[in-house]
Amino acid sequence: MQNIKESNFSEITMQAIFFLSALISVLAVLAICLFLFMRGIPAIAEIGAIDFIFNEKWGPTNTPASYGILSMIVGSIYVTAGAIVIGVPIGLLCAIFLVEFCPSSVYKIVKPAVNLLAGIPSIIYGFFGMEAIVPFVRENMGGNGYSIMSASIILGIMILPTVISISESSIRAVPESYAEGSYGLGATKEETVFKVVVPAAKSGILTSIILGIGRAIGETMAVVMVAGNSVMPLDKIKILKPIRTLTTNIVTEMSYASGLHESALISTGVVLFVFIIILNASLSSIKSKAQRN
Amino acid sequence: MDRTLDNLKQRKIKSQIFKSFVWFCGILTVGILVYILLFILLKGVPKINMEFLFGEYNSETLSAFSSIITTVQMIVLSLLISVPIGVFCAIYLAEYSKRGNKPVKVIRLAIDTLAGIPSIVYGLFGMIFFVNILGFRASVLSGVCTISIMILPVIISSSEEAIKSVPDTYREGSLGLGATRLRTVFRIVLPTAMPGILAGIILAIGRIVGETAALIFTSGTNVLKYPSLDLFASQRTLAIHMYMLASEGLPHSRDMAFATGAILILVVFFINYSTTKLAGRIGRMQND
Amino acid sequence: MTDKIKIENVELYYGEFQALKNINMNIKENEITAFIGPSGCGKSTLLKSLNRMNDLIEGVKITGRMLLDDVDIYKDMDAAVLRRRVGMVFQKPNPFPMSIYENVAYGPKTHGIKNKSKLDEIVEKSLRSAAMWDEVKDRLKKSALGLSGGQQQRLCIARAFSVNPEVILLDEPTSALDPISTMKIEDLLVEIKKDYTIIIVTHNMQQATRISDKTAFFLHGKIIEFDETERLFSMPKNKKTEEYITGRFG
Repeated sequence: MQNIKESNFSEITMQAIFFLSALISVLAVLAICLFLFMRGIPAIAEIGAIDFIFNEKWGPTNTPASYGILSMIVGSIYVTAGAIVIGVPIGLLCAIFLVEFCPSSVYKIVKPAVNLLAGIPSIIYGFFGMEAIVPFVRENMGGNGYSIMSASIILGIMILPTVISISESSIRAVPESYAEGSYGLGATKEETVFKVVVPAAKSGILTSIILGIGRAIGETMAVVMVAGNSVMPLDKIKILKPIRTLTTNIVTEMSYASGLHESALISTGVVLFVFIIILNASLSSIKSKAQRN
Repeated sequence: MDRTLDNLKQRKIKSQIFKSFVWFCGILTVGILVYILLFILLKGVPKINMEFLFGEYNSETLSAFSSIITTVQMIVLSLLISVPIGVFCAIYLAEYSKRGNKPVKVIRLAIDTLAGIPSIVYGLFGMIFFVNILGFRASVLSGVCTISIMILPVIISSSEEAIKSVPDTYREGSLGLGATRLRTVFRIVLPTAMPGILAGIILAIGRIVGETAALIFTSGTNVLKYPSLDLFASQRTLAIHMYMLASEGLPHSRDMAFATGAILILVVFFINYSTTKLAGRIGRMQND
Repeated sequence: MTDKIKIENVELYYGEFQALKNINMNIKENEITAFIGPSGCGKSTLLKSLNRMNDLIEGVKITGRMLLDDVDIYKDMDAAVLRRRVGMVFQKPNPFPMSIYENVAYGPKTHGIKNKSKLDEIVEKSLRSAAMWDEVKDRLKKSALGLSGGQQQRLCIARAFSVNPEVILLDEPTSALDPISTMKIEDLLVEIKKDYTIIIVTHNMQQATRISDKTAFFLHGKIIEFDETERLFSMPKNKKTEEYITGRFG
């Protein structure tokens, strides 16, 4: 009898501990939201929300100081868009390759290569970008190399594993019967893959793109080493010219910022954070829409 | 459809073009990887010498020794915090929670959110909360605390998946013999799920090793002459060491940045290799 | 009536396993031929060889000749062209996850028809041939996956019509359907046979007697008997045939 009582007690205690451990994640998210907003929102209020978001002038050390992050928002959008333009077509075609055209001997090489790409730290990508991509852009395209173009190339490479893995699973999950129906009508393999199988996987492919966007827009180190980090007035933004993004804004100035300047940088982080939340929310709604179908 | 035969030629050409694009992208992806690896390894490995690995830090050696020790310290301590919490959380989700009830949905949402937060935002949070509010200052301790939260989703997902793939027949066998839920979990389920949990831990190690943005403002960029285990000192990790060297712009720093990069890549190789090995072991176990 | 399809000394191997042994038969034009036999006897395998769908399976080896209008379908014909001329309806309905219109337009589009009004015409004609037009004409843009099982299968038949085939192969097309849909499809086949050559694999002997002109009985990869349907079922020549149709096995 005593054993049962003892084991009941430890059973219940451990269950509570398991539950509390699970709650820690919730606690962590709440803490992150709380403290970020606590430091970030007052600064936005002081600068003025409209002014903060829509002013293209960022000059915390000027007199009078200006704290507009519009140029950085546009910068983040441009390099992310560039990353998508470069990374998604290559990634999607590579995923199609892995599922439909790749012999198993080649798969054993390409699939681990994709996994390895996923594990490479951002600093390596950034350094590679600085030492290889920047000179390449400088010599073959113009400008001094530190540019939106270089950032887009590096980010495009970085999102490849995300796009490839998730698109690969989605394409594999398409029922064989669709392809059979297409072959039965006299379509070639390529026609079948391109017109029936891949479109059937579009919700998974879209998910991979959105996750790629999340990755690209949150990337700091790789971008800071190739993008030049000058704050560009909107009318001067060009693909071969330098740019500063929301992320690089923070890392470039934080070490010497204080007071309102420091808080404004934290607010930049808050804007980034909110954007990621919105991205995740749209992802969930796409997933649940796909499930309902 | 009598034009079928001319049209067929056109279709065959289009099909061949598509096929070549597809093959091209497959090969391109591998090519990009190989290029990046060779680029760094070929310039970096020759620069690695004993002084760089084990010497004291000064402007000549630019030694990575203290950064390496700091990185190891960071890994060990963060895992000590996150693995128990993460595995317990996974146990809760896989073994004790009921499908789709309110708390579970909230917890999963929280985990997904944590997984999506960019490292720089973690860095900012760490700076605000651990460095400033809790007063840990820029230190290894602040870094450890920040990293622990960051790797939590990784540990939780892989552990949960590992626990879920333990066949129910094992659990039924244990419970059928009169063992409690708890005993079943600790004696039967967890040991069986160990390879998967280990794979998650190794993945987390990979993330810690490569992390920079979350640590720049928490554990800082400072480098001590000799390696130190002082938790309250600000010390840089290996990845940050590389970043600092790369940003200095001097030829010697640049060389040693390559060297640091080479070390990082070799570590990533090793981690990748171990996860693949473990995944193979898990696969074989499940087929028994 | 001419021989639309000639099968000469065909043997088929899945790796080591021989699924078809010494198959010889001629299929006449504008008739419905039924393949019957117990599971695993080779009837579906032979069917899928007629439009080279077996090419998609690894490790399949075929010897012998199969001729469509006296042209060797393996040596002298491109598979894509063959499959336009020899259409197939599968056991489980498999409409594409697209609109009803797009499902039927897929075939003609693939084979080069781009003109919108021509496509509209073909879609309507195909759906009418499958006795479906009135049912779906007001929801052509809706997803095909929203149709019932029977409707989906008739859509697949309409889809098969869309490329103007000469032969239609059906692999147990009604086995997953309710009796009313089954009846609709059987009536359809009887009505269209004057314009097509139809081969149907079926587990349902009553179905074979209802609609087919000729029946082939398969066992262990061989054709045991091939005759006019009426004769095969009333006076089977082979003992095994008699045992099968009287239900003693299979």
